[in-house]
Amino acid sequence: MSRLASLYQSSLGKKFIVAVTGIVMIGFLVGHVAGNLKIFLPPVDGGPGVGMQPDIDYYAHYLREIGEPLLPATAFLWGARLVLLGSIILHVICVIQLSTQSSAARKTAYASRKYSRATPPARWMMYTGSALMLFIVVHLLHLTFGAFGGGFEHGKVYHNLYDAFNNVLWVVFYVGSIGIVALHLYHGVWSLFQTLGFDNPDRNRGLRRMAAVLSVGLFVGFVAVPTAFITGIAKAPDHIESSEIAAHQQDENAVENEEKE
Amino acid sequence: MKFNIKVWRQANSKDSGKFESYTVDNISGDTSFLEMLDALNIQLTKNGGDPVAFDSDCREGVCGMCSMVIDGQAHGPKPATTTCQLYMRHFQDGAEITVEPWRATAFPVVRDLVVDRSAFDRIMQAGGYVTVHSGPKPEPNSIPIEPEVAEEALDAASCIGCGACVAACPNASAMLYTSAKVSHLGLLPQGDPERKHRVLSMVEQMEGEGFGSCRNYGECEAQCPKEISIKFIGMLNREYLQANLLDQANPRGKMSPQ
Ligand code: HEM
Ligand code: SF4
Ligand code: FES
Repeated sequence: MSRLASLYQSSLGKKFIVAVTGIVMIGFLVGHVAGNLKIFLPPVDGGPGVGMQPDIDYYAHYLREIGEPLLPATAFLWGARLVLLGSIILHVICVIQLSTQSSAARKTAYASRKYSRATPPARWMMYTGSALMLFIVVHLLHLTFGAFGGGFEHGKVYHNLYDAFNNVLWVVFYVGSIGIVALHLYHGVWSLFQTLGFDNPDRNRGLRRMAAVLSVGLFVGFVAVPTAFITGIAKAPDHIESSEIAAHQQDENAVENEEKE
Repeated sequence: MKFNIKVWRQANSKDSGKFESYTVDNISGDTSFLEMLDALNIQLTKNGGDPVAFDSDCREGVCGMCSMVIDGQAHGPKPATTTCQLYMRHFQDGAEITVEPWRATAFPVVRDLVVDRSAFDRIMQAGGYVTVHSGPKPEPNSIPIEPEVAEEALDAASCIGCGACVAACPNASAMLYTSAKVSHLGLLPQGDPERKHRVLSMVEQMEGEGFGSCRNYGECEAQCPKEISIKFIGMLNREYLQANLLDQANPRGKMSPQ
């Protein structure tokens, strides 16, 4: 424990925590984007009493059940939430302390300043990070707690998304925020490997590329959802439900007919 | 050539300091930046003013004394160059050139462009040494070293301790300097015995001096006159994490099966 304490004393140790919590949150984002893309999948049968439902609603329900029956219901979900909450708190505390240390390290600014290597995404980490913090709060209030109303129904993910992204303001807000995530990660994903002492001249190109691919990939994946709704590629929920149920019934009829024949 | 020099004037470490502008004329393009300042100082002294204080020693790019930020870049606009090796032909005739001291809390301004870089010396004292025995010297080639490793250590050892990395870093971090020193000794077998102690105490000293934290901007490498690579910062991070997290804290501790 005293070693962890002494690690935390130094800026290198705090950066280590920033990097590790960054990895945890990136892992979450990758899972999150994969889940979101389920809006493009055809509806699935939610089982007795539920019937056909959008794939993403089914998935949202499944998230509550991960780990059952070994763990009590929603235990895994809450575990994951706590790990994420802990990560973001540690991440933010450490970056605030690091920034405080750095601003104390130069009290007089240069009259003239030219950067030759420091990229804007790297220089903006504190701005993009703080914007991210705000985004996370608004996003949770909006699509987890339904605090902004607008016909929000718990568990009806597809319906809620459809509702939200009919409003161009929400689309702009989400696309902008995801752009900020991408900027944060464009520097962050590479930086974490350097912080952990993993980068070297052999790996540098690969890691730099990975950061670019991951940040752009996450951007494209996340933006696909609001785009699909505002452009009408993703259909209205009732439209899906009724037409797909009809299709489903047709399939069943076809099977029955085949069997008869 | 003619230049308008806007230079930081500060009488002593207590003074708040301000910029003053001077014009220098009839400067040949082959004059070094320091010689141009010499010319300015002669002009100032003739007119009964105070010369601009700046540090210099070797004037051939090896001592690291000639620290100043020129037009927003440590040692001026030319990469891999100290101020003494910078020539006036690199500037436009008639240009206004802004000259300021290194700006870092750990490098207090002593006067004008002169800063106190003894924080670096204290980092070095904290662990930048190797143990040698004082008896008869062994055969020089008795310790085999891979040539690539020797070269890599020499790359790190080419750091002249000028402080441009701190000056250039948006966070005034001393990670490039410290990493160069930790790596150049740690890479060699002669430096191995103190390896763990070295990284821990040099980092501790660095933190205590009030430098900022590294955000991996890479600005230090870009402005380092010796082009020390930020790969050494990666190495330092790894050494430090290894020493702190993986190495045994107490190699002689007891264990119990119960
Ligand atoms: C989903 C959320 C987030 C993810 C995935 C994330 C990811 C990362 C990663 C991977 C790094 C690089 C770590 C390193 O260089 O070792 C980083 C650095 C940073 N993050 Fe975040 N971050 C998130 C949220 C935040 C928030 C909310 C803040 C703000 C207050 C923030 C502020 C910063 C800052 C300032 C740095 C640079 C730290 C430094 O190098 O000194 N981040 N982030
Ligand atoms: S690392 Fe480069 S910039 Fe920093 S002190 Fe050494 S030579 Fe100067
Ligand atoms: S005076 Fe020695 S490096 Fe410039």
